[in-house]
Amino acid sequence: MGQIYYEDVSVGDEVTPLPKNATSQQLVKYAGASGDYYQIHYDDGFARNNGLPGIIIHGALKNAFLGQLITDWMGSEGQLKKLSVSYRAMDIPDEDLVCKGTVTDKRVEGGVGIVECEIALHNGAGKPTTPGKAVVALPIRGS
Amino acid sequence: MPDESVISDEMRAHLDVESDPITYDVEKGAVIKFAQAIGDSNPLFQDEEAARRGPYGGIIAPPTFLRSLIAGEAKSEFPRPFPNNLDGGSEYEFFEPIRVGDRITVTKAIVDLSERQGRLGTMLFTTAETRYVNQLGQLAATQRTTGISYATPAEEG
Repeated sequence: MGQIYYEDVSVGDEVTPLPKNATSQQLVKYAGASGDYYQIHYDDGFARNNGLPGIIIHGALKNAFLGQLITDWMGSEGQLKKLSVSYRAMDIPDEDLVCKGTVTDKRVEGGVGIVECEIALHNGAGKPTTPGKAVVALPIRGS
Repeated sequence: MPDESVISDEMRAHLDVESDPITYDVEKGAVIKFAQAIGDSNPLFQDEEAARRGPYGGIIAPPTFLRSLIAGEAKSEFPRPFPNNLDGGSEYEFFEPIRVGDRITVTKAIVDLSERQGRLGTMLFTTAETRYVNQLGQLAATQRTTGISYATPAEEG
């Protein structure tokens, strides 16, 4: 994967989309790796008793997917400065999710190329359930 | 605004009261396991050889790995006014990379309380800030999370 530079980016550009599909197995792995053992993410009966349709994806895992959307796109020389997300709707396992983003602003601040993006995780029906924003610093050519 | 606020003095007393600090060692195995759990194959997060040639000279943690460095319990339990709670969102700011071998000290405090009328009746918004400080005393990152506490419509008078 090549490095993207500040000069390569224009407002309105699309961030390379990242498809995801969280299986129940992934939710269990994430519970273990993150230490979030709330049963609504792996115990179907528990989730239903709490008024949910079944197990749901951890908000923080969706946040992680959106983090990857940006770290994949910005390359190893890019730096993630800010990552914010709003959990507007639940997401369930085994759906074809897509993380997407669009460049909304770019500017040079103190010799650093700052780029802002609107981002969102879209569910299987294409609805953005988890919108957010990211701010990254991209390298500038020849500096 | 409703005439009677759900925000009590007892709740306000929790503002800016930090949890007891907890210090974590950032272990290589834990970082790799986290990257695998989120399905992220970026070599910076799990390939020692490749990461050594990169800008950090070694493996760094994916940004949201910080989620696994869980803050300690609040000094006293926050008196939630309603039985139902939702995770509203998260806002990270990153200042320093998190490297394998770092020692990260984590504290958390409620920093803002607000209320709003919405489709779920009166909702209390609780904003907490978690601070991650590395072994050099540098603030490596902060995370602000918003919890939403609400009464279900069925439970309202």
